[in-house]
Amino acid sequence: MNPDWHPRVLLYRLLAPIDLPLLMLSGLLVLTALAMVASASPERIGNQLLNIGVALLVMRIVAQVPPQRLMHLALPIFAGGVLLLVGVALFGDVTKGARRWLNLGFMRIQPSEMMKIAMPLMLAWYFQRHEALLRLRDYAVATLILLVPTALIARQPDLGTAILVLAAGFYVIFLAGLPWKIIVGMLGAAAAGAPLVWGMLHDYQRARIVTLLDPEKDPLGKGFHIIQSTIAIGSGGIIGKGWGQGTQAQLEFIPERHTDFIFSVFSEEFGLLGNMLLLGLYAMLIARGMMIAVNAATLFSRLLAGAITLIFFTYAFVNMGMVSGILPVVGVPLPFISYGGTALVTLFVGIGILMSIHRHRMLVQK
Amino acid sequence: MEFKNPQEDLERFRNRLTIAGGFVLFCFGLLFARFFWLQIVQHAYYDTRAEDNRISLVPIVPNRGLILDRNGVILARNYSAYTLEITPSKINGDLEAAIDELATVVDVQAKDRKRFKKLLEESKNFESLPIRTRLTDEEVARFIAHRYRFPGMDIKARLFRQYPFGAFAAHLLGYIGRVNDKDLERIAGEEQEANYRGTDHFGKTGLEQHYEFDLHGTTGFEQVEVDAGGHAVRTLERTAPVAGNDLTLTVDAKLQEIAEKAFGTRRGALVAIEPATGGILALVSVPNYDPNLFVDGIGTSDWDGLNTSADKPMVNRALNGAYPPGSTFKPYMALAALTLGKRRPEQVIYDPGYFNFGNYTFRDDKKGGHGMVNMYASIVHSCDTYYYMLANDLGIDNIANFMRQFGFGQKTGIDLGIEGTSESEGVLPSQEWKRKRFKKPEQQKWYAGETISIGIGQGYNSYTPIQLAQAVAGLANDGVMYRPHLVRTVTDARTGEKRAPVPTPPRTIAIKQEHIDVVKQAMVGVNKEGTGARAFAGAGYVSAGKTGTAQVFSYKGAEHKTETMAAHLRDHALFIAYAPAEQPTIALAVLVENGGFGAQAAAPIARQVLDYYLLGKVPNAPAPADEAAREEEQ
Repeated sequence: MNPDWHPRVLLYRLLAPIDLPLLMLSGLLVLTALAMVASASPERIGNQLLNIGVALLVMRIVAQVPPQRLMHLALPIFAGGVLLLVGVALFGDVTKGARRWLNLGFMRIQPSEMMKIAMPLMLAWYFQRHEALLRLRDYAVATLILLVPTALIARQPDLGTAILVLAAGFYVIFLAGLPWKIIVGMLGAAAAGAPLVWGMLHDYQRARIVTLLDPEKDPLGKGFHIIQSTIAIGSGGIIGKGWGQGTQAQLEFIPERHTDFIFSVFSEEFGLLGNMLLLGLYAMLIARGMMIAVNAATLFSRLLAGAITLIFFTYAFVNMGMVSGILPVVGVPLPFISYGGTALVTLFVGIGILMSIHRHRMLVQK
Repeated sequence: MEFKNPQEDLERFRNRLTIAGGFVLFCFGLLFARFFWLQIVQHAYYDTRAEDNRISLVPIVPNRGLILDRNGVILARNYSAYTLEITPSKINGDLEAAIDELATVVDVQAKDRKRFKKLLEESKNFESLPIRTRLTDEEVARFIAHRYRFPGMDIKARLFRQYPFGAFAAHLLGYIGRVNDKDLERIAGEEQEANYRGTDHFGKTGLEQHYEFDLHGTTGFEQVEVDAGGHAVRTLERTAPVAGNDLTLTVDAKLQEIAEKAFGTRRGALVAIEPATGGILALVSVPNYDPNLFVDGIGTSDWDGLNTSADKPMVNRALNGAYPPGSTFKPYMALAALTLGKRRPEQVIYDPGYFNFGNYTFRDDKKGGHGMVNMYASIVHSCDTYYYMLANDLGIDNIANFMRQFGFGQKTGIDLGIEGTSESEGVLPSQEWKRKRFKKPEQQKWYAGETISIGIGQGYNSYTPIQLAQAVAGLANDGVMYRPHLVRTVTDARTGEKRAPVPTPPRTIAIKQEHIDVVKQAMVGVNKEGTGARAFAGAGYVSAGKTGTAQVFSYKGAEHKTETMAAHLRDHALFIAYAPAEQPTIALAVLVENGGFGAQAAAPIARQVLDYYLLGKVPNAPAPADEAAREEEQ
């Protein structure tokens, strides 16, 4: 028997790129997801298992790819992504009033989703190339790289994804050392430009913001989602109503309870204790990601790892914030837990990248 | 522009990452604070709201009480049937189009659509409204097979009111219809809002209206867990409804039927009372209508038909028709004369056939007059001159004060409809009445000449048939007056206990028995040898009566040519009676609109009713008009 085919060798090879803490943390989150899907929408449990399988496979493949390779792929992936976004804008399919999908004939893809990874990849690559000498001009170029796809996505319109892509890019720029005065200046400009942005928003986006400020104004219309999910969370109390026992969830008062609003189901059934555990899991995942970022070998790796980690945070915070009524409702799923394959695959691509970066932390740059 | 060394670079990155970490912690802290607020501080509030969401109180409408006649014959009952209902607010898009599509599965006719449209206009749009009632089992099955195509439409099992005899006793039973704003006011007035949750029918007229709150019952409630779509998931708790109380009437359904049929195609009213109790044995107003038409909401063509008919079938003539009593007034006039000492029974007057007062001549119906007339003869032969003189001697206010005691010109307070509004008052003329009735001073004055025709029941006199019946019952009862009522007992659905709803403290009129006996004797004479003798020939019992003819139009001495007159200008025929004369068990008043003379049209009807009530004789045809009888009296 060829020693290469020995089961232990095979197992070693299979597991070698895997980072155990990351796997365990994301694994726990995914198990939570299964429990929640079983409670909120049991008929989807098979699909979710399939999604998880695919996502883990993708993670394993990505984890195999060295950061160096990723760097080489950054520009083509990003350029391809932007082209596809332009394609969406020109030829995309319209569903529910938004143009988000591109029909390639044999399959439909959502290019904005890959931007969540392609954006930090591209910017990390850009800053790596200009590592030696960072000038203001570089930040300006980086900002342009960030804004073009973000604008394309926001126009689809897909506010949730646009925010995540914007955040992903901003994290890279921020971690790369964007001077504070620029940050402060940008914040000032944002505050001044808010009314302008308000004017550019779609009616439904404005409605969401108004709803956030006063959901009771329209309790059966736009405020319904947020009121019902707040009731679900509040009625959960300290220990929750128990798995499968949430009346708000089981009696279908919570809209989209297996996707964007799955957190209110979780919160109703497991209460404040469950929420704390969940926040803890995310916090540990983020901590692990930051550790990997700090220990990464190159600037590219550091920036990429840091940005991806903060993306996880952004997902979690925006979703829990909107479901509990402190942020406007934008279509951001709860990371690792909301039902759906696309987001899950994207997240595990991120996990795979982190694993790869971690595994190659000691390798010296060529 | 700055150059960097890797160490510095890493240091900066760590710095930035630390800041980001701090931001993460801050944001998670914010979330925790929010969760703490919702789940600990506000927990009780949100818990209540979740329960409110989850639990819905579904009313269970009670069975409406039955209406039974004195022998237990069911006059109003309920039956369960399937209805197809639409909740307009749940229809996406065009309602008309949705109904068109429905019509491909279940038969929906133009009249169903019309009725639905009418209901829609009257209702709040979150109500579920019937488009079809009484579906067959096949239709139910067909709809259920296609139900997915019709969101917002559903089959419901509902109880319907049914009046098994159709167009029978409609004016006394009344009917129910869908609750409207006026009904809601009444419900609020009785503080019954909670009990009427889920109830969509309400008594509109008659007994159904008067006894609404007895018949309705106590609504039950089911606590059900509902989902966001409002569909019941499971029942948590149930409080059973208590059916409405049953009404047992004083009415004898068979007697009522015979009385209604006795009128044939004629218009009129009949009220028969048990003198010893005031219980109404029959209350007829013809033409009738079918109260079943109203239960599901009446169709436009039916409604128009009932309302535009010249015969006015919707008017309850027994309570709302006011007619001059004609000669049926005379016995009471005689009694007044005796009581007030203006006449003695044997006192004789001479009747030349007319009575002169000032420049006016009041004619007697009999040409040449009745000659020498005492009180007995004045009633038996209905002598007008006797009463012209008597009225003049008594004066209008004495007449009014005496007649008031018999209930003339006052509402009887019968338990039909809403008390006070369902009955007409009629007119008991007096000086005070005239002052109030007219505006101009010259019209307000009472002229002595106006008193004369009051004596024979004409002039301003105008009473409802139920007042006439109440008065004759009081007379038959020797001056002991009971309030006329229809319901003998209300059976409590909870305890089975029967109670009389109308307290009946009788009122005794201060008249001497010897005076009453004089009048009663004369009324027996009417049916034996007077104007009622033809109608009561060969009756196997002794009865007392008085004919009357009420002028619709004043002829002022012209010859009465009833055949040539337009049907609606002919006189109204009246008859009052009680029997058996010694121990009266029934007293009645009959009115036939434009029937001509009382003896001709009204007395034969009374004969049929009394024959059935006293002897059990069932007639095989409506009471014939006795054309020969008209020569004898007015």
